Amino acid sequence: MWKTILRRLLIMIPELIILSVLVFILSKQLPGDPFTGSINPKASMGQIHHLMKINGLYDPWYQQYWHWVVHLLHGDLGNSYEYQEPVTAIIGSRAINTFWLALLTMIMTYAIGLPMGLYAGRHEGKLQDALVRIYSYATMSVPFFVVLVIGCWIFGYGLNIFPTSGSVAPNATGFFPVLLSKFYHMILPATLGALFATSSITQYLRSGVIDAKNSNYVKTAQAKGVSMNNIYKHHIMRNAMLPIAAFAGYSITGLLGGSLFTEQIFSYPGMGLLFLNAVNFRDYTVMTALVLLYGFLSLLGTLLSDIALSIIDPRIRVE
Amino acid sequence: MDIFKDRLLSIENVNTSFKMDGKFYSAIKNINLNINRDEILSIVGESGCGKSTLAETIMGLLNPEEAKVSGKIYFNKKDLIQMDEKELNTYRGIKIGMIFQDPLSALDPLKRIEEQVAESLLYHTNETSGERHKRVLYLLNKVGIDKPDLIAHEFPHQLSGGMRQRVVIAMAIACEPDLIIADEPTTALDVTIQAQILDLLKKIQSENHCGIILITHDLGVVAETADRVAVMYAGQIVELGDVKQVFNNPKHPYTRSLLRSMPQNSTIDDHLYVIEGSVPSLKKMPTDGDLFAPRIPWVPMSEHEEHPKMHELDSGHWVRCTCYKNFYFPDKDGSAV
Repeated sequence: MWKTILRRLLIMIPELIILSVLVFILSKQLPGDPFTGSINPKASMGQIHHLMKINGLYDPWYQQYWHWVVHLLHGDLGNSYEYQEPVTAIIGSRAINTFWLALLTMIMTYAIGLPMGLYAGRHEGKLQDALVRIYSYATMSVPFFVVLVIGCWIFGYGLNIFPTSGSVAPNATGFFPVLLSKFYHMILPATLGALFATSSITQYLRSGVIDAKNSNYVKTAQAKGVSMNNIYKHHIMRNAMLPIAAFAGYSITGLLGGSLFTEQIFSYPGMGLLFLNAVNFRDYTVMTALVLLYGFLSLLGTLLSDIALSIIDPRIRVE
Repeated sequence: MDIFKDRLLSIENVNTSFKMDGKFYSAIKNINLNINRDEILSIVGESGCGKSTLAETIMGLLNPEEAKVSGKIYFNKKDLIQMDEKELNTYRGIKIGMIFQDPLSALDPLKRIEEQVAESLLYHTNETSGERHKRVLYLLNKVGIDKPDLIAHEFPHQLSGGMRQRVVIAMAIACEPDLIIADEPTTALDVTIQAQILDLLKKIQSENHCGIILITHDLGVVAETADRVAVMYAGQIVELGDVKQVFNNPKHPYTRSLLRSMPQNSTIDDHLYVIEGSVPSLKKMPTDGDLFAPRIPWVPMSEHEEHPKMHELDSGHWVRCTCYKNFYFPDKDGSAV
């Protein structure tokens, strides 16, 4: 088990190197530069060229890349061109916000999706199942950002129940008021995110339950005189969970992708918003660091999926 | 002497039909059958003859939304068909055990052997977990597993086919049921293991004094194991009797065809005998008349009864329809055999 995990972590290194090279080359292909928008508009092109030159941005990409790698190995991701602060510091504070929002979204997604999938699978073909299916297809077909904008408009502006921007109220002081305010700011984006992310979990679980309940081991258990409720509890649920476990770690990618929309629309100061800004302002250092971080988290997600699956499914346990 | 003293199960006029595209199609028709203690009754027939449906009807395993069951199945003078799930579960696993066809899919892939064998003990006895553990080891030992403590800790996919079938048998006999229904217990196994499993079933039957319903399509298994045999075709019993009666003096054309198509009964130069056609699917099944008639087209319709009934020949030897009387096999040149 530990060997497998170690091996998977080692395989990540070449994957991340390839990813970083790609990101580096692509980001340099973007037109524009990091300075035009951020210095005195009266500055001449000559001054911008000068800035580009002293920052090494005219060097060939492999020289820049090498420079970047050497610094990375010293734990230095460079300074942000826009914020004039170390990239690690900028990302660090944003990452925590995104982490909490993603965690809350994930918890709520599973809290809604698991019972729905189970319920639909158990009542396959009946009205309950049809209702769940309609809900799933509806949420699957509406674009996520449309939902966010409408949700923000109704609950934020219209009903004025939830804040529409930021991660914490500026006037909150003290540990608990800040915590409460942070939670309050997360509720609306997390709920909307969860309500519209359940469809895949629900459908996976539903088909898992249907597969499991038609299997022979359910008949065996019935023939042993086990009640249907106990069969659901001890046999069907666990078997139906297999695809969900395989999916769980990977859903990190979905959450990060979703955070791009959520944070932009709710002006929530997290990694997604930071990333969009970095792309807009050609903040190369931040952009590269974030893509690498996203890549690392996705790979970590698939590894977590495999570990989770190997814990519940003895057939794929690695010796 | 009370002939009903040893009666375990009596099946009276049982019909089961399945719902397909909103209509019900009959899968087994008017089955009448008894099974006694200390007896192995074999039910034999081709695939699609309703053998497994009969087993699942007895066990109440059919989904009531998809299947309709009528008739009476008495066990201890109680009708199993009338019982709800809760009452049925005081019989299933305790009084009646079932052994399934494919031992791999019959076991939950995610649970250890011990947990699965102990499951019926958990729900039907007041044993402590320590007692259950001992009992599981005893059961595994009884079905011929050498290192029960090791095997108990394994998962189904780690065992061989024969081992899995032994585990499935251990589960069925965990509460020492009076009746065991074995649905094709040897089909998924290779021949040497088949013989071991059949010996094991016989041993369990003689030690526990239970009755066994052995469902199979293998006449060799029947001859070797069973005391009585019921031949089923298209959801009906076409011949019923002691193994000796049926094998030494087969009457119904279907039984005779089955016996003739056994490889052992043809010489090397012969072509293997083949029963032309196949069992009609549920939707295409005729509702009356001799259902086997289309597969022996050379027999004139006048030989068949309009509404075939069971006729008793010797005591306990029953055959359906009158077409057996002048039945013959046409040979390659068309002459009668």
